[in-house]
Amino acid sequence: MAEPLLRIENLCKSFGAVIACRDLSLEVAEGEVHALIGPNGAGKTTLLNQIAGDLAPDSGRIYFNGQEITHLPLHRRAHLGLARSYQITSVFPNLSVAENLQLAIQAHQGHSFRFWRRGLSDPQLCAELELSLERVGLIKRADDLAGNLSHGEKKQLEVGMALACKPKLLLLDEPMAGMGPGGTVEMHKLILQLKRQMTVLLVEHDMDAIFALADRITVLIYGEVAASGTVDEIRNNPIVRQAYLGEEDEPC
Amino acid sequence: MFQFDRQKICLSIGALLLVLLPLLASLAGEPYLVSLFSRILIYALAAASLDLILGYGGLVSLGHAAFFGIGAYVVGILSFHDFEESALIAWPFLIPGSDSALVAWPAAIFIAALLAVFVGALSLRTSGMHFIMITLAFAQMLYFFFVALEGYGGDDGLSLFSRNTLPALDLGDDTQFYYVCLTLLFAFLYLSARLVKSPFGMVIRGCRENEKRMQSLGFPTFRYKLLCFVIAGAAAGLAGALNANQVEYVSPGLMHWTRSGIILIMVILGGSGTLYGPVLGAAAFLLLEEVLSIYTEHWMLYFGPALILVVLFARHGLYGVLVGKEKRHG
Amino acid sequence: MLLVIEQLLNGLQLGVTLFLMSAGLTLIFGIMRVINLAHGSFYMIGAYVAATVAARSGSFLLGLLVALPAAALVGMLVEIVVLRRLYKKDHVDQVLATFGLIMFFNELTRVVWGRQPLFMDVPSWLSGSVELIPGIPYPSYRIAVIGVGLLVAVFLYLMFTRTRIGMQIRAGASNRSMAGALGINIKLLYTLVFGLGTMLAGLAGVMAGPILAVEAGMGESILILTFVVIVIGGIGSVRGAFIGALLVGMIDTLGRAFLPAFFRLFLATAHADGVAASVASMSIYILMAIILVWRPKGLLPAHT
Ligand SMILES: Nc1ncnc2c1ncn2[C@@H]1O[C@H](COP(=O)(O)OP(=O)(O)OP(=O)(O)O)[C@@H](O)[C@H]1O
Ligand SMILES: [Mg+2]
Repeated sequence: MAEPLLRIENLCKSFGAVIACRDLSLEVAEGEVHALIGPNGAGKTTLLNQIAGDLAPDSGRIYFNGQEITHLPLHRRAHLGLARSYQITSVFPNLSVAENLQLAIQAHQGHSFRFWRRGLSDPQLCAELELSLERVGLIKRADDLAGNLSHGEKKQLEVGMALACKPKLLLLDEPMAGMGPGGTVEMHKLILQLKRQMTVLLVEHDMDAIFALADRITVLIYGEVAASGTVDEIRNNPIVRQAYLGEEDEPC
Repeated sequence: MFQFDRQKICLSIGALLLVLLPLLASLAGEPYLVSLFSRILIYALAAASLDLILGYGGLVSLGHAAFFGIGAYVVGILSFHDFEESALIAWPFLIPGSDSALVAWPAAIFIAALLAVFVGALSLRTSGMHFIMITLAFAQMLYFFFVALEGYGGDDGLSLFSRNTLPALDLGDDTQFYYVCLTLLFAFLYLSARLVKSPFGMVIRGCRENEKRMQSLGFPTFRYKLLCFVIAGAAAGLAGALNANQVEYVSPGLMHWTRSGIILIMVILGGSGTLYGPVLGAAAFLLLEEVLSIYTEHWMLYFGPALILVVLFARHGLYGVLVGKEKRHG
Repeated sequence: MLLVIEQLLNGLQLGVTLFLMSAGLTLIFGIMRVINLAHGSFYMIGAYVAATVAARSGSFLLGLLVALPAAALVGMLVEIVVLRRLYKKDHVDQVLATFGLIMFFNELTRVVWGRQPLFMDVPSWLSGSVELIPGIPYPSYRIAVIGVGLLVAVFLYLMFTRTRIGMQIRAGASNRSMAGALGINIKLLYTLVFGLGTMLAGLAGVMAGPILAVEAGMGESILILTFVVIVIGGIGSVRGAFIGALLVGMIDTLGRAFLPAFFRLFLATAHADGVAASVASMSIYILMAIILVWRPKGLLPAHT
């Protein structure tokens, strides 16, 4: 098997007495949609935080694209091709939707030490902005403040910003949580589109979506990998059924 | 788009008033107003520069007077050596003093920028309360440095022999000096208005909102904030150079922390994150000081509590009141 | 050698004064998360009240006994009327409002006591000097200042480690929401902490009274030093404040005393004194800069 895009070795992280990540190893191959599931508090967000660089691990190593990134600062990882969405949406509330996306595009274009012309006078940036707005279905709201969006729209914007960075690996933290049914369908479609374009590490509670979208699934319980495999393997894994999918025991 | 028009109208009227002020002053028979308003323009420049980091960058610097003061001292020291006909630096190469504005003002800007690199590089490693205290402490450091610097007057400061010279203009003439200040202020406001809408400005505004998120998008935020800090410091240095010329005197008091506080008051009073607000704030503060001190020498006894009331109950800034709804940052 | 010991004692004396100022302020910063520029005003109030009462009654002790509750009461009043409304606001708002407080208090003292500085006498029973170490006479008053400062340090230490209220305060300093969850009456606790802080500031002011001139604005110069101490020690940490205060007191005093001699080793005398004075006046800020590079959160940060 070729070198995986993301390789995590023996990662440990604890917050005082809480162990959020216990000697965790994981590989994500190029091109796959890899789902990360587990009960609340299993340490999924903590794992994403360590991959993206928001949190420093206590020990262990992280390799991305063959390069060790364990101690790289956030912005350097972003330049290597890592982008993420946050579980707690963190768009810029006092900037407009377009400006939020503009920042993400600027970030991808390299440095922003340009002082004179308005960002939007750059035709390339404009074109990309148009595309990004369309992709997440927020064209009509381009000039509204991001803080005034509905919860679902914020999530869409959040994902749109991550996509505008044109990452190799996209980390999505519960992109569908708290969305109305319409929003869930939209998001589902969006991720399906991404499937051929980039690698995705997806944290999600919606099992239907997971089984429909993922190539591989890793189950995290108490900071440990309880199981990892293809969708079918996980679906039929007795440990997983018992520990995590317990309520789905009855055939439906 | 009525909102936009109202803002344009307000700005045009304000600019027109400032341009016509010397004429109005002489019509009113109050030529003293010209120098009062020169002072207002100078502080407006300092306050607008602080707004760049405070209003757009969200960095509460309580040491901005340090840059103001160092700019003034550069002018003072260069003019001192020019008058004494002694060398500012004798070795490794000779640098004489100068009373030319074309030398002294760029030098003031440059030295203030250099100081801002130093202060910014250290203080931007922190944020919040730490940042406030550290900028304040470094400004005080500079204050005590100049108090101890007996060679340039120490505590007593330094008197300028005369204002700087400019080809074809006489800065000694109050009206001409006023128009020089006005031109520089307008130029700075224009540049800053471009800046905050540029890609660079967007990054600064993003940092104010959520710095961590900016980093995870891929911005090395420290560099951007540092550059913004330096630009603001440089502009404050220019304001200081103008101030030294106006009063023909420099002293450590220029960089005392209470002056940093006053510049901050001007920004908030006018409305932070608006660029033009601080100009209004500077005018309001200095005019208020002027008027209040006619009635009582203890004007601060009333101004202090008034400031607290403004903070607690009316924090939109004068500009927001004038232009309509509180202006969005940007 | 004699000079060195004398200067060490002077440094210690400045250090404990700074500790009195910073112990209260670092708690106010740490617990209420409010940036309070007006702490120096309570130092000034303490000094003015003590100087006035001592001059009228002829008793320094009576001055002290009146000044301490006065500083605490004014502090608690200010907390209830102004500070309390600032806890949830931006740092800018806190800076401006407390700056307004400084303006008010400085001007108020000018109205009440005039522009001329007051002078306070060292109490007669402390006016001599003693030889702590044989052959080195040192003013008794300054020794008393050091003693009081160290006593307060011990008192605070015992309070924070042995008493219920002390533990509550510490809980508040390191984790505000937890303190609330423990059922502590936060409002009352804040007012009390503020009063304690301003009383300590008042004490520092009283003790500085006979050494410095009592005048409007006297609180500001010590306020900046206090900030340096807090930045060095770490916000919210009383231990950090103690270490920071001694460091700053020592370095400032020793720098002023010995840098001229040091620079005279390789510079002409006139020049050396000028350079030494400049460097000495900057020394504690340089110390702060070094510690910042090394540990941006201070030596002993209370929040992890
Ligand atoms: N900054 C932190 N400080 C202390 N404890 C933390 C911190 N972040 C997470 N934890 C703890 O670590 C554990 C894992 O949390 P994490 O947020 O990673 O879980 P999760 O799998 O993302 O859960 P959810 O499905 O609810 O999002 C939890 O017990 C949580 O309380
Ligand atoms: Mg989570």
